[in-house]
Amino acid sequence: MTVVAMQVNGKQVSADVEPRTLLVHFIRENLQLTGTHVGCDTSQCGACVVHVDGKAVKSCTILAVQAAGAKVRTIEGLADGDRLHPLQAAFKEHHGLQCGFCTPGMIMTAADMLRRIPKPDETAIRHELEGNFCRCTGYHNIVKAIKAASEVM
Amino acid sequence: MYQFEYHRPKSLDEVTALLARCENPKILAGGMTLLATMKQRLAAPSDLIDLQDIAGMTGISVDAKNVAIGAMTPHHDVATSRDVAGAIPALAFLAGRIGDPLVRHRGTIGGSIANNDPSADYPSACLALGATIVTNVREIAADDYFRGMFETALKENEIITRIIFPIPQRAAYQKFPNPASRYAMVGVFVVKGANGVRVAVTGAGPGVFRMTAMEAALAKNFTSAALEGIAAPAEEMLQDMHASSEYRAALIGVMAKRAVAAMLA
Repeated sequence: MTVVAMQVNGKQVSADVEPRTLLVHFIRENLQLTGTHVGCDTSQCGACVVHVDGKAVKSCTILAVQAAGAKVRTIEGLADGDRLHPLQAAFKEHHGLQCGFCTPGMIMTAADMLRRIPKPDETAIRHELEGNFCRCTGYHNIVKAIKAASEVM
Repeated sequence: MYQFEYHRPKSLDEVTALLARCENPKILAGGMTLLATMKQRLAAPSDLIDLQDIAGMTGISVDAKNVAIGAMTPHHDVATSRDVAGAIPALAFLAGRIGDPLVRHRGTIGGSIANNDPSADYPSACLALGATIVTNVREIAADDYFRGMFETALKENEIITRIIFPIPQRAAYQKFPNPASRYAMVGVFVVKGANGVRVAVTGAGPGVFRMTAMEAALAKNFTSAALEGIAAPAEEMLQDMHASSEYRAALIGVMAKRAVAAMLA
């Protein structure tokens, strides 16, 4: 066991974990932040996307110990109190979710995308979403929601 | 995943000491392949030695002749580097098509080359451009470095520190990605430079290789048409659920022609 400390959604956190603990398990089980999902657990589906030091990554393919000392942001850290983040509002408005399982990862990937590419066209959005799967196949409205959010951000 | 000890050394000297001391250590770069492999219990190192805190292993420098990339530089940094785009646009293009954006934020060039997956993108760039793989103990020419499926010239305790790519006159990379993983079913990197024409193929065979027949044809006549009728031996190509060996062999010609066309455009 080893003590891992990092900043998550602006708060300093720490826990005693095995080195093999994945970041996603640290977030879900130690911190009880269950908005971050485990979908495929093989680094393909993107349901587990969080930001580590400002960059979107798949938290099922990083060890918690690798993120020690980092600043992590999860879906729970996106809204400003009761005010939804523009991406969250756009997903709601444009029906960007059906079952909702992929949504946290989609939104975290989209937030990173819009940081790098503030006004993406549809082709760019689809290319940037290559690491996120929606098994309801609701991609059309997800793309629409991201486009809409980019216009108000 | 099996248990292991985790180390985060601050210097290469500490890394080599750990490599010597640990029973079955593995170096951890971006972890995009290693951690996935460990989760499947296909690898069970006793110790992971994380390179993220070692100074001087990340970053890109470009001079008149070369692009040098630190081994721990993530694919995203190479893909979005203006310096790389200016000197070797095909290299930035290649890096921007590895995996997906989330993988590109973590995966590193050194990790990719050390692993030498037969479908990885970077080995084709190294071989076609005639890169030099720099380690903590020596420099290895790409021609001597890649030894087939997941095999390289690296010794047990050797650590890649950077990769130096000579700047060519022109280059292009074209790949047919596996639509799920984005690994290259076939990727072809074509270079026209001081050392003539070089064509390197990844994804198709049991390791990256050069298509010397294509190189000779292109040296005489640098057009897509010059590649007509030049085929790789299908019986030496890989075969899996995604593509037969004949299909992969055929894709080499298609991707090579597209690369040459892109260089002439």
